[in-house]
Amino acid sequence: MSSEALSPETVMRQMKQNGVTDVVWLPDSETNWLFLLMKADPDLRLVGVTREGHACSITAGLYAGGRKPMMLIQNTGMLESGDSIRGWLMGLNVPVVLMVGYRGYTRHGVNTDTAATYTERFLMAFNIPFFLIENDSDSDRITKAFELADKTRQPVVVLVGDEYHGFNR
Amino acid sequence: MMHTAELLQVFAAHRGDAIVISGRGGKQWLQISDTALDLPLGDPAMGGHSGFGLGLALAQPDKRVVLFDSEGDILMSLGQLATIAEQAPANFYHFILDNEVYATTGGQPVPGAKTVDYAAMAKACGYPRAFSFSDLADFKRELPAILGAPGPVFVALKVLPEVENTPIGQRVRWRKRSSDKVVSDARAALGVG
Repeated sequence: MSSEALSPETVMRQMKQNGVTDVVWLPDSETNWLFLLMKADPDLRLVGVTREGHACSITAGLYAGGRKPMMLIQNTGMLESGDSIRGWLMGLNVPVVLMVGYRGYTRHGVNTDTAATYTERFLMAFNIPFFLIENDSDSDRITKAFELADKTRQPVVVLVGDEYHGFNR
Repeated sequence: MMHTAELLQVFAAHRGDAIVISGRGGKQWLQISDTALDLPLGDPAMGGHSGFGLGLALAQPDKRVVLFDSEGDILMSLGQLATIAEQAPANFYHFILDNEVYATTGGQPVPGAKTVDYAAMAKACGYPRAFSFSDLADFKRELPAILGAPGPVFVALKVLPEVENTPIGQRVRWRKRSSDKVVSDARAALGVG
């Protein structure tokens, strides 16, 4: 693994540091190593969904009951989830971080995958703040995302530009 | 077919200290109870009530969580049944009010209105117990046993449609609290807010 990579251990450390209790998620091609780490942690509950929009209402329910959930999905699923993000997260003032796999991200902006083309435009249209992380040295932005979510009581997105760097090793 | 208000009255007698997400029965439940542990969320985004109920049940395992969902919501998010069954919260009681139509948009039939067996689908997804009722007396007789055993349990209830056809902007707003206030009230009452 390149030293420029974002390691799943780093992501996991950030999650623990910020008190995440539950991860509501749907696998994408980049997060399998993180899944194995999460699964091995007895203090973390994983709630798998069959469609990304479902994760929003589950997250809202967990928050209503006093847990600190995080969502882990891919940008394609985020695009599909627009109305659920609006209604169940933004509408209910749920302070949650969404870790979003940035499929198609190329850093230089010449995309061949429209999932990447519309990702940041979608977030700007919904007025959802976002941070981009590409390697371990960016990981403190995850904590900044949690802080911003708590401060604004709104969802904040962390875009994981992992396809470029091989997050999945 | 049952009247929603009547079956909610039957349930109210057995509610105990359960958290109630009134879902599609919100307007009628508001006439019965409106405490901080009653969650009339309105319709944040269709299809999500079951997910919210699951999340709340997982977060509060010592409290019974009762949801009055609908067949239209279930049809929009069938996969939630698999997720709920996998998580299997023993404190989750999942009722659906099946009026066979989209009542708030004028009463158009839902796909499969006369053919879908929701209780069978829940059972097939892995709910340990699932029931269907269309008669109030049967529901009244069985309800104590349903609530007296662990969840997750799924209960499909055939209800008469109460169709609304007035333009949304002209409808009387029945909710007294906004959705975000409902959540913050619940968090305060549960000691987590």
